[in-house]
Amino acid sequence: MKKVYDNAAEALDGLLKDGMFISAGGFGLCGIPELLIDAIVDSGVKDLTIASNNCGVDGFGLGKLLDTKQIRKMISSYVGENAEFMRQYLSGELELEFNPQGTLAERMRAGGSGIPGFYTKTGVGTQIADGKEVKVFDGEEYILERGIVADLAIVKAWKADDTGNLVFRKTARNFNPPAAMSGKVCVVEVEEIVERGALDPDCIHLPGIYVHRIIQGPHEKRIEKVTTRKKETA
Amino acid sequence: MAWDRDQMAARAAEELEDGMYVNLGIGIPTLVANYTGDKDITLQSENGMLGMGPFPYEGEEDPDLINAGKQTITELNRTSYFDSATSFGMIRGGKIAAAILGAMEVAENGDLANWMIPGKLVKGMGGAMDLVAGVKRVIVVMDHTNKAGESKLLKSCTLPLTGKAVVDRIITNLGVLDVVEGGLKIVETADGVTEDEIRAATEATIVG
Repeated sequence: MKKVYDNAAEALDGLLKDGMFISAGGFGLCGIPELLIDAIVDSGVKDLTIASNNCGVDGFGLGKLLDTKQIRKMISSYVGENAEFMRQYLSGELELEFNPQGTLAERMRAGGSGIPGFYTKTGVGTQIADGKEVKVFDGEEYILERGIVADLAIVKAWKADDTGNLVFRKTARNFNPPAAMSGKVCVVEVEEIVERGALDPDCIHLPGIYVHRIIQGPHEKRIEKVTTRKKETA
Repeated sequence: MAWDRDQMAARAAEELEDGMYVNLGIGIPTLVANYTGDKDITLQSENGMLGMGPFPYEGEEDPDLINAGKQTITELNRTSYFDSATSFGMIRGGKIAAAILGAMEVAENGDLANWMIPGKLVKGMGGAMDLVAGVKRVIVVMDHTNKAGESKLLKSCTLPLTGKAVVDRIITNLGVLDVVEGGLKIVETADGVTEDEIRAATEATIVG
């Protein structure tokens, strides 16, 4: 069982094909698989459908795949930070399916857990419910949402051991575990690969069963909105 | 004299009780955190955090630590982190006591519109639809009228909905109104504002 690869291109070797469906972790630019995205740009694979909460920013993260027009469709909850996204969407080059954020996360978790659909009250009575089955439970309406099973999941974690056990850091965890679960194959990039036994088994955030290939950073980890306060002077 | 942004936020903070887990939206709702005083309130950030702290000092920003508005923040000694599916599990599952959100329109039956204007740039609903569907109490904080002076409290929403019959209470610059059977009920007026002034500025049915 060899899961550790030397670089992103090698880790993706044989996994990419035109028209494929990819789940990606990350929220904004926090916890995004930036190295794997760069390697997908370099591969030239196209007509991608990508499920990801956001689509990066212009020139960074998934925004790079927009610049090269490799994305055909996005499944996202919020895409407001990206001018190229809007240009392609308004000109009809790019398809967009809005999902409420929690619905998207649950679709990934469910798909990876063998649950093809689930009922939720999120979006009942809104545009999101259009064309979806409505079912009443205990007097309340719910809509049917489908689990997501992707051809490939690309995620970012903080640490891994060589068996793929993962630990995430702070809010960089976000969509990464559900995205990982939703992939038929999951490739992970981490900041550090540690020795077996170095991770406390009680503190593994995602067990290695979900992880097939691993690479190690370095990462840029760009901050989208630096917001600070001044130190009070006594 | 109507309330300003900070007075609206301070009034909204009065809605929060000791021990509550709360989600604050972007804009005036974010200011509510400045007015919780000695109350033991835990703020949820839907990107995967309970116990959100203030903005970091300059030079102490952490790219792995942001809020749902993508701003850098800090943790507290009570903080916990979790993934997005777990985060929305607690939202959808009714574990969050209250959400305080901004709005474009609220209807007299509690319908809320705050995510898109047809024909204009559509950015997405983010977590707003999940929040209003799931949290126990939805409190809207917004100006009573739009820039053209038209009521934002309507008989029915004109914009696409974020949620149907989800709003419990509305705090505006003119006062506080509850969504009740048959329409909106004035429960409080801002300093120097009369009930008649609120009625005149409101398209929605006012009952009681």
